[in-house]
Amino acid sequence: MRHGKYPFVIGFLFAPVALYVTFVIWPYAQAFQISMTNWRGLSAPQWVGFDNYRRLLDDGAFWKAVQHHGVLLLALPLITIAIALFFAFLLNVGGKSSGGQRQGVWGAKFYRVVFFFPQVLAVAIIAVLFQMVYRPNESGLINGVLMKFGLEPILFLVKPNLALWSIIAVLVWQAVGFYVVLFSAGMASIPGEIYEAAEMDGATKVTLFFRVTLPLLWDTLQVAWVYLGIAAFDAFAIVAVLSVDGGGPDGATTVLAMEIYRNAFVYSKYGYASAMGVALFFLTLTFAALTLRLTKRESVEY
Amino acid sequence: MSITPEHPAALDRRTVLRRAAAVGMLATPAIGLLGACATSGSDGDNEQVAGGTKSEKNPLGVKEDAAIEVVIFNGGYGEKYATDVHEPLYKKAFPKAEVKHQATQAVSTVLQPRFASGNPPEFVNNSGEKLMDFGALVADGQLQDLTELWDAPSVDDPSKKVRDTVVPGTIEAGSFNGKPFVLYYVSTVFGIWYSAKLFKDNGWAPAKNWDEFITLLTAIKAKGITPYGYAGANAAYYQWNVILTHAAKIGGTDVLKNIDNLEDGAWQQDAVKQAATAWAEVGAKFSDKSFEGLKHTDVQLRQNQYKVALYPSGDWLEGEQKKDTPAGFDYQLMPVPSMSASDKLPATALRATAGEGYFVSAKSKNPKGGLEYMRQMLSTAGAKGFTEVVKAPTVVTAGSEGFSFPPGVASSQAALKAAGQDVFNLYFDGWYKELDTEARTATNELMFGRINADAFVERIQKRADAIKKDSSVTKFKR
Repeated sequence: MRHGKYPFVIGFLFAPVALYVTFVIWPYAQAFQISMTNWRGLSAPQWVGFDNYRRLLDDGAFWKAVQHHGVLLLALPLITIAIALFFAFLLNVGGKSSGGQRQGVWGAKFYRVVFFFPQVLAVAIIAVLFQMVYRPNESGLINGVLMKFGLEPILFLVKPNLALWSIIAVLVWQAVGFYVVLFSAGMASIPGEIYEAAEMDGATKVTLFFRVTLPLLWDTLQVAWVYLGIAAFDAFAIVAVLSVDGGGPDGATTVLAMEIYRNAFVYSKYGYASAMGVALFFLTLTFAALTLRLTKRESVEY
Repeated sequence: MSITPEHPAALDRRTVLRRAAAVGMLATPAIGLLGACATSGSDGDNEQVAGGTKSEKNPLGVKEDAAIEVVIFNGGYGEKYATDVHEPLYKKAFPKAEVKHQATQAVSTVLQPRFASGNPPEFVNNSGEKLMDFGALVADGQLQDLTELWDAPSVDDPSKKVRDTVVPGTIEAGSFNGKPFVLYYVSTVFGIWYSAKLFKDNGWAPAKNWDEFITLLTAIKAKGITPYGYAGANAAYYQWNVILTHAAKIGGTDVLKNIDNLEDGAWQQDAVKQAATAWAEVGAKFSDKSFEGLKHTDVQLRQNQYKVALYPSGDWLEGEQKKDTPAGFDYQLMPVPSMSASDKLPATALRATAGEGYFVSAKSKNPKGGLEYMRQMLSTAGAKGFTEVVKAPTVVTAGSEGFSFPPGVASSQAALKAAGQDVFNLYFDGWYKELDTEARTATNELMFGRINADAFVERIQKRADAIKKDSSVTKFKR
């Protein structure tokens, strides 16, 4: 049997590998190739070497987008994880214990479903929904109420220094539900005896959270951080649909995917857009590698 | 190239799909190869029919019994105007010729292989989501030069050339680097729109010059209505259109020509600065800051609700808003007011262009027949028939006479007529999309009070200079 092993394995792997190479690896490789050309979608591309990359260096919109990814990279995971952890803790171990088992707060099952709702909606629908929420006049969800009380409307997506944060709020709102579920699953696998023992020693809920839950959830947190970080490099759909003037006002909410889209499909600069894509590829890769490295830490066995 | 009278969402979607298809081509090497061998077939062996005898009835010398194939985009305007009006006209002129009709909603899907194999149809209505790229077709030598058609005598009056029967700017709209290749057939007029009812109820009159305009805006504001507004979220180009129209009136049409031709300092011309300063004031005093976060449909709806008095747009607006417009609203167009008595153009001058493109394939069997078909389309009967079927004005001046348009289009047609020869157009947004984007962003910055007119012209000029220097961008001149 042993000597027939490799043909057998290769036989099975062939189809998926072929698909993966054709639809994932090959387009990636092509993006690298196109990024070295001045291709505009019609006539044959011409090789221009690193011209596109040199051009990136003094493209204001590109650096603005990179800067926004920096903000997103810090804010999105931090805020989302903090909120998700808080909710997950309340839903799983925040309530009274009955019969030695830790319980969630009253109505936890209901909340769990409600928190997950945004995850079920398509991103574009969420963006359209928030257009209504943020609408700057009396028909907006928030401003409608404010204006009823005679207050000035808040121009969420229009004020340059408020627009990005309005977008981040939507991203957080959308993501929290999933991470509540993820962390809940993580918490459910923490043995109840540990909580029991800690409680007997007089630990408060806060201590329980920081001394028991958090360390035992470290692996899950790490995964969440990487996921959210990668999500922070995307954000395209929300920005494209929700922001004014496509990443505006004046580029205040633009992200790399938005600039790539604009350069490729509006300006027909496929070569230049590919160069941005390659830059984004390396940014994402660097981030993932760094995070996995930095957060490496002895996980607790139980 | 021209502005198609459609709302921006549709326009964007169309370009996106077209270009997405182009990317798809490259991404799949097999199809790319197919495309490569397809293009090589384009110098195929399509034998063209010999010319007929030229006569007064047949100035282009069409062979009387040669067949002609007509492909119509079956979209917003349908195909009825072709089957019921234009094709019968051709049949009437050449009873022995066969007219083959085909309608499609995906022009490029149907025709790309035909062009590739060197057997294109004579006459094509290239429009819709899947239209073929005009620039690429021109570059590939697929389009028949229309000079002969424009210089031919018109059907109705042999002493008049076809070019003199159409709205000024029609030929330019379909020209590439000075050569006419495309016939844009549907007339589009730009201006500022208001409700005749609202104005009548309040005793307001449309303004002709800037002082009147400011007085009007002040009066409207006093009534508690937002005097003027456009949608910053997705339709900022409606406003740069107003600013540039105003600039052209102040400084003459060369102002726009310089901008289109990417001349040095074109955006910093005094006329542009004056117009920008004037409109920045309107933005600061007579508009609503929240409009920057609204889409064009939102602001247009507010106008229908009498919450906004004046709104800049093209004359597709009335049709677009049909279902939201209350009875008696009565859309009316007011040309962008002039600045002062020293303006180069009169107060009636306005921007108008044409949309919905048609071309004749240079490599078809019977290109003369295609040109003749266009000549028939451009006859009074052809244009009248089109307008009656689809309720839209054509570029043929005589074709819209006597037809009772809805009030808005009627007013824009009247304004167009009043403008006479003082009709102009601009092209940079179709030629250089990046410059359009920059102008939109800068317009929002200007109109919502974040920058002044100097910074406005400076930042757009900077982008224009960058495009001029960019060797990868194909340049156009007019």
